[in-house]
Amino acid sequence: MEEDALNQSTAAEADISLHMLSESPSGSVVIYVVPESSTVLPEGVSVYVGQRRTALLRAGGQMRVAVALKEVLASLETWIKQVLQVMSFSHGDITAALSDRVRPGDRSREGLADSMRAFKSSPGYEITFSLLNPDPTSHLLHWDVEAAISSYIQPLLSKMAPVANFSIDSQILYYAVLGVNPRYDPTLNAYTLNADSLSHVINPVEARLGSSAASSNPVLNFLLYVPDSRHSPLHITDHRRHTVPSNAFSSPRWGGIMVYNVNASGTELPVDVHIDMRRVMGVFLPQLRLMLGVQSAAPPPGFLIGPCGNAGLADWELDRLMWTRSVENVATATTTITSLAQLLDQIGNIVINDNIAEQVSSAVASLQLAVGQLEVGNLGLAMQYSKEAILQSERAFFDPSLLHLLYFPDDQKFAIYIPLFLPMCVPILLSLLKMASEVRQRPGQGQAKKD
Amino acid sequence: MAAFRSNIFMLAFFLCGFSVFVTGDVQTNQMNVAETVFIDNVPTTETDASPPSVTEQSQTAEEKRLWEGTEVGTNLADGASDNKVDHVHDTMQATDAPPSPPAKDQTQRFAFDERIWEATNVEINLVEDAPPIRDKEADEADHVLDTMQTQDFPPPSTAKDQFQEELVIKPLHSGDIYASFQFRTQWDTDFLLGSKVSHYRLFPKSLGQVISKFSVRELHISFTQGYWRTMQWGQPFLPSPPGAELWVWFQDTVTDVDLAWKELTNVLSGIFCASLNFIDSTNTVQPSASFKPLGVGNVTDQRFLRYAVLPREIVCTENLTPWKKLLPCGSKAGLAVLMKSEKLFHSSFHSQALHIRPVCKDWQCKSTSWELRQTLNVVFDLHTSGQGKREWSLFKMFSRTLTEACPLASSSKVYVDITDNPQGELFELSPATPLVSQAVVLGDGRTYSVYDLTDHATFGQTHSLNVLLRWRAAESGEMLRPLLHGERYVAGYGLQTGEIHTLVYNNHPYRAFPVLLLDTVPWYLRLYIHTLTVTSKGRDNKPSYIHYQPSKDRLQPHLLEMLIQLPPNSVTEVTVQFERALLKWTEYTPDPNHGFYVGSSVISALVPSVVAMDTNNTQERPLFSSFFPCKEESTYFMRIYTEPLLVNLPTPDFSMPYNVICLTCTVVAVGYGSLYNLLTRTFQVEEPSQGLAKRLANIIRRLRGVPLLT
Repeated sequence: MEEDALNQSTAAEADISLHMLSESPSGSVVIYVVPESSTVLPEGVSVYVGQRRTALLRAGGQMRVAVALKEVLASLETWIKQVLQVMSFSHGDITAALSDRVRPGDRSREGLADSMRAFKSSPGYEITFSLLNPDPTSHLLHWDVEAAISSYIQPLLSKMAPVANFSIDSQILYYAVLGVNPRYDPTLNAYTLNADSLSHVINPVEARLGSSAASSNPVLNFLLYVPDSRHSPLHITDHRRHTVPSNAFSSPRWGGIMVYNVNASGTELPVDVHIDMRRVMGVFLPQLRLMLGVQSAAPPPGFLIGPCGNAGLADWELDRLMWTRSVENVATATTTITSLAQLLDQIGNIVINDNIAEQVSSAVASLQLAVGQLEVGNLGLAMQYSKEAILQSERAFFDPSLLHLLYFPDDQKFAIYIPLFLPMCVPILLSLLKMASEVRQRPGQGQAKKD
Repeated sequence: MAAFRSNIFMLAFFLCGFSVFVTGDVQTNQMNVAETVFIDNVPTTETDASPPSVTEQSQTAEEKRLWEGTEVGTNLADGASDNKVDHVHDTMQATDAPPSPPAKDQTQRFAFDERIWEATNVEINLVEDAPPIRDKEADEADHVLDTMQTQDFPPPSTAKDQFQEELVIKPLHSGDIYASFQFRTQWDTDFLLGSKVSHYRLFPKSLGQVISKFSVRELHISFTQGYWRTMQWGQPFLPSPPGAELWVWFQDTVTDVDLAWKELTNVLSGIFCASLNFIDSTNTVQPSASFKPLGVGNVTDQRFLRYAVLPREIVCTENLTPWKKLLPCGSKAGLAVLMKSEKLFHSSFHSQALHIRPVCKDWQCKSTSWELRQTLNVVFDLHTSGQGKREWSLFKMFSRTLTEACPLASSSKVYVDITDNPQGELFELSPATPLVSQAVVLGDGRTYSVYDLTDHATFGQTHSLNVLLRWRAAESGEMLRPLLHGERYVAGYGLQTGEIHTLVYNNHPYRAFPVLLLDTVPWYLRLYIHTLTVTSKGRDNKPSYIHYQPSKDRLQPHLLEMLIQLPPNSVTEVTVQFERALLKWTEYTPDPNHGFYVGSSVISALVPSVVAMDTNNTQERPLFSSFFPCKEESTYFMRIYTEPLLVNLPTPDFSMPYNVICLTCTVVAVGYGSLYNLLTRTFQVEEPSQGLAKRLANIIRRLRGVPLLT
């Protein structure tokens, strides 16, 4: 059966038919070793990573002579390690997930940037697409964002549903301008925004975006900016002053901005512009993947990563994300509970209500369950328990009855009694002084008496 | 040891005194009745003859007849009406009757807008006692259809949402200028049945999220600085009480309305940078009759209504900026460029409001769309700032001129009220505009000059529009006294008891009409409801409907709603006595000696129109049409707010506890010190040394050779 599947003409087809044969549980990786003579893998490729949880590995040249199973495995070991590094949860992922809590130390700059880019784990995310139209008198923009979201964004989000809840909004903002004036570049015959100035772009726009009124989940913003006719076309240039082909950039843990140039050649204003949503979503989708923490590191040489299907996310990528998120959630919940304990240590007379105690204990129980499930490799349950742990620990920590300022410190109580204690101290101190002076005089007197 | 013991005694004594002081205000509450008291005398049917109320009924009827007796000759329309309910039905029919065809297109549209706003208002407001009927919506739809067909409304555009903006400028008789902005966004969508994804174009996203999250059916919020002087300025287009006012109708799917209300107020306080988060159960009420939904819908169960006023709220730029941000064009284009906060807040009256409600989407009213109305009303006192010259212009008022309409607006107009100036003898308006519009606003026929900003010719050569009005005559004519007017004050002396007086004026020369009076009084003024008296023209005027909900200490305020019939040309006085409660020391505001605010009373009424009073009316119209007063314009809905009250509560000296601590502690310490010295010091007799006088005397004696003193 599996041999039949592996006899397919291309790796992608083999991958699909292998998946039909047996579905591997989440968190696992199945590696099929194919003989060197097999034509499934293209020339020069030794490992094919499928869109499910399978990988095809071409046996090395020395395999022909090897006989014992042990030797075969030994020779494949380096490859398998590499496959696992790509497809499964590795040491690097742990450090990335805990980057906020672990000192960066010797980690590479790039790894740090990667981990900073993604949003922190949260039970839900709000995704907002905004179309910025700085000049509605010249452009009348139409975008079919509803259809674009349902065909491009929604498959990815429904696949990621076990990780978090997502809600999507879109809006059109008029007279929204960028914070930087683009510079005219005569060589390109266009206006340019340099990479250095991009950090100033967002602030004035953000005031108009409006924070999410209905929930406290983090918001991912995706802005589509259509420059007005006086600053058109507008290109984003990188540090070496080359134009960026996608004409977009992303801001870590905030969102992405894309500049969409229209050639307003029409004589009659305003010009109707229909925006090509395919092009736009082609930019926003990878940005969204990055923001949500799906990492796409460059594969090692000899690896071929299969196309990830219409969901935009392979099964093994989802597994890896769930590993990362669970670990991150466990760490966050632990920190929250620890800091709650620290707070209670600091303020001795704080009142802990029963419901808080209950929440803390159930948070700890969920944490233990989550860790147990992680050990077993049961990702879905681990994710769910870790989410519960976070929710309960946060609810306990942010309970209004635990407000620090409700408990005024002891030194203030002493301040109230100062008018009592201060005058009462005066005669005591005076008599103490007197006693001290008497003690000092007494040896002298004793000597005098001896004489 | 003894000193120590006495010290303990002193401290214990002092602490006892202090705790008595603190707990002294937990007094017995006389009004701590939980259930709501309903006193309802209105007969719901004509054949009503319930035994207990029959005497009162006949009494009121008798009184009523008395008034009618005096004015029966003039009152043609009301001759048949025996009681209030009948009268109410009467007026309802009036709104249903097809209006007479007006003259111009412009007029129709404006008038139509106004009337729809009023008509829905009236209709729902008056069927307060009837249970929600299924047919009502259909009825309403018919009514709307009716009005629609008689007036040619512009065909609905294909866009799913549309935006209109409008500015009305009205020179007031007092010499002030009243400017009223209205922005209206209409969106054909359903927040509640649609999927989770929401896509916003002109409607602000933040408000859309609020509506869908909290299942809000209607939301009305206003922020007002200053008090609208009805006697000098006439009626505003949209009334609002000083401070912040919020009233919300929730969908009937909401299970926990109180929770939703609490979260909603917190979210809104974030959106508008206002202290709406101070709205809690102690200032929230559920009026039974005064605030009915203004949009379409058939739920009138007061369980889904919440109403709260914060009379203390100060309105300033931080509230205006988020309000402006909700406009599609922001303050970048259109009429909103005039809104410069330093000018808007340098005014006698400033009120900004926001109304969200479902309205009919099309002629048949089969589906609804959402309407967001943002209004801003300002009264400028240009007379004093303009060195006595009576002229104004847009630039003088707002320090800006208009250069373009908001490109997203389907209509953008400036109206100037020129009713008092038909021949141009009072003032001169420049630039002149050929467009004139006539409308019946608040029962009064008005004439407006219209500047259409979507037309490029409006801006002329200079590419900017600066409407300028120069007065020719020194005095403008007498203002017609407003037909309905309210006042309120606190009487009494001392800090224990007092009396709230509410005066309601009916200035109509010959017609009586009913008003609904709503009073919300905080719990710390304990109303003696048995002292409630309503008098007009020197005799007792029994309210036909009373809804009173007593307060609960620290939980809910008093709510008093009454339906009172106002006799013509009269002042009706409502008085009720109260006792001031002692608050706990943490319940006082940071400035307790400023006093505590009691929100405005709300007076809602169907007021007979001025148009019907107009004697000239008969000269312009054919005789056969003008014998009976035109029903369609004979009454209109009006809501007015009285002044908020400022009441002084008994306020302790908050530094007293610490002063007492200091004083007692010092006394104790001094006592302790002396006792301590007494106990620890050793006393011994000491040979006194020779005094100075003796020494001097001895020196003199030695000189004289006399024996020395010992």
